[in-house]
Amino acid sequence: MRRWLSRQAHLIDFTLGALLRRKGRNLMMLAVYTLIIFMLASVTFLGSALRFEAKAALNYAPEVTVQNLIMGRHALSPPDWVKKLSRIRGARNIHGRLWGYFYDQAVGANYTLMVPPPRARDLAVNLGEVIIGHAIADLRKVRQGGYLFLLSPSGKLFKLKVIRILPEDSALLSADLVLISETDYRAFFNLTPEDGYTDIALTVRNSNEIPTVVNKITRILPTARVITREDILRTYENVFSWREGIVLAMLATALVAFAIFAFDKASGLSAEERREIGILKAVGWETSDVIAMKLWEGGLISAFAFIFGAAAAYAHVFLFDASLLAPVLKGWAVLYPDFSLTPVVDRLQLITLAFITIIPFTIATLVPVWKAAITDPDIVMR
Amino acid sequence: MIFDPPILALLLAAAVSAVVAIAAALFAVRVLRHWDIRSGSALQIRLERRTYLVTTALKIVMVMQMAALALFVHNADRMAILFTGAMCALGTLNVNQWGMPAFLVQIGVFLTSAVWLLLNRADEMGRDYPFTRAKYAFLLLFAPLVVASAILQWLYFLNLDPNVITSCCSKLFTPEGSGLQADLSAMDPKLALIILFSGAGLLAALALFSSAGRWLHVMLGILGGLYFMLAIAAIISAIAPYIYETPNHHCPFCLLKPQYGFIGYLLYLPLFAATALMLGSGLLAALGAPKSLQQRLPAYQKRLNWSAAVLYLAFAGIALYTILRSHLILIG
Repeated sequence: MRRWLSRQAHLIDFTLGALLRRKGRNLMMLAVYTLIIFMLASVTFLGSALRFEAKAALNYAPEVTVQNLIMGRHALSPPDWVKKLSRIRGARNIHGRLWGYFYDQAVGANYTLMVPPPRARDLAVNLGEVIIGHAIADLRKVRQGGYLFLLSPSGKLFKLKVIRILPEDSALLSADLVLISETDYRAFFNLTPEDGYTDIALTVRNSNEIPTVVNKITRILPTARVITREDILRTYENVFSWREGIVLAMLATALVAFAIFAFDKASGLSAEERREIGILKAVGWETSDVIAMKLWEGGLISAFAFIFGAAAAYAHVFLFDASLLAPVLKGWAVLYPDFSLTPVVDRLQLITLAFITIIPFTIATLVPVWKAAITDPDIVMR
Repeated sequence: MIFDPPILALLLAAAVSAVVAIAAALFAVRVLRHWDIRSGSALQIRLERRTYLVTTALKIVMVMQMAALALFVHNADRMAILFTGAMCALGTLNVNQWGMPAFLVQIGVFLTSAVWLLLNRADEMGRDYPFTRAKYAFLLLFAPLVVASAILQWLYFLNLDPNVITSCCSKLFTPEGSGLQADLSAMDPKLALIILFSGAGLLAALALFSSAGRWLHVMLGILGGLYFMLAIAAIISAIAPYIYETPNHHCPFCLLKPQYGFIGYLLYLPLFAATALMLGSGLLAALGAPKSLQQRLPAYQKRLNWSAAVLYLAFAGIALYTILRSHLILIG
């Protein structure tokens, strides 16, 4: 074992020397390889960071949401549904939610208007008060203690006192959020209490009972659509994985081009390199040693390219918020939350990345490497 | 589902492996028919040169396949949240009928790859490449396995339907149920633990003193293969409940989850490695030492056996650690 290790160490030493002797060519190879890994790594890092954010955001979502459907479209839930649902054993904290979208013509942006849930005490608002997300505060240039003027869809002007601005770190969820009291909300959208709620949320204490509770709800309220937190989580996971995969598949063309490039570079040996291999074999190297050396060459370039590419992608995604890729994977809007992604990278991603990049490179260079290694010394040195 | 990055990586690896394996098998037929190390014919020299390419390509593919097994399981575990009813890798594998076969064949590919690499190493030690024929004959077994694995993986991933409601491990691995998984769970934990610990001890001891005879050595390889299955059964019936600290949960896949500190990898890795070493060493014994390796082969086998013995003891040690750490009393 020790003999084997020292043999490999010497091979690496020799290979590094050989690589440095042909600086220009190898640096170009390294640069192209790094660029490829940088692109692929940016996509996978961003994809998983977005999945992570979505998962973290859903931590606070209710386990089950019930919506009313009329003619297959989402409609307001009647107020007596809350009472009906509270008869289900295992379901807790049943409350009707009021939320909707509002297009503010003054700035041309969409807001999410919402009545804060009764359990969120720190977000409680009284009549005439409002809590807003920081993006709205920036856009409308209001500060805490100032007033926010909103023109309701029916043409009434609302003057609301800003009692709090939500912090930036929750921007993904709250950038476009406007929290007002129930009375204000109903007046703003011309809703009476009999109209009911946007939807109804409830929690389930024992997560193993969620399917049973869902079954009971569909039996009591046959027209309702029941959405569980798991469903939403699964959808997010699917959507982001799918987008990430599509982008990767598109980059596959780049990968193929790169493999051809690597194949070409590896097959076009310079006369000097040929002579080098000839001399090595003449002084007693075996074909397998030459192959090992050449594979080490590829392995070292791969390793450096992987480290540089992955590090650059990490910086791109987590320090510069993936400015090159964000529109494809995130989606877009006027009032887009300007959030920093939490740096998360897992083993699975790195292994996947290594599989996708190193396999094509190694396979592409294998045949040229072998061809170079089997040349007879007398042919090259003659 | 196919546009999931780890799935793309696995499919790429499977496709590349299948192509290399088929090419290698075709070459193997030529080697088996024409190989003659004493001959200096042009054909023999061509074959000898080509073996370098085939061997290198196979080495790369096999190392890749061994990594692919880990990626396959890890990915299956991660995807469990995408399927209703799945809690771990088992649920994902059961989404369609191809998942479980794909997984089992992948394990087969792992073990045969490891054995071939050990055989190849022995072959390269001899000046006259004494095991070349055996090596390439073995390839004719390996290649169909790799191709089958690739086809099964493509079928499995292409037919992953997120709307399927799959079964959770806690349903399949119950002593009261029917089927293989249920039978494994119903095994008496006391018996299972006796088999696990005495088996590991016995194999380690035999491995250390196996230089005694060739046929003992061959038998040891067979025992290693048998013990592999028994040890998995023992993990399902006894070790898993100790780790989960509940007598009713027997799943061998949940062990790989982060909430159990990835203890499963610690447990399976030495077992898989030791089994591969035992199988390889047994195969070498069955082939017998050729003239050119009279000295070096026994030393090499001894190294393999020592490593296997250490790994068996490590496996038993980790199993013991999970039992001692657990608050569950299964045998009282």
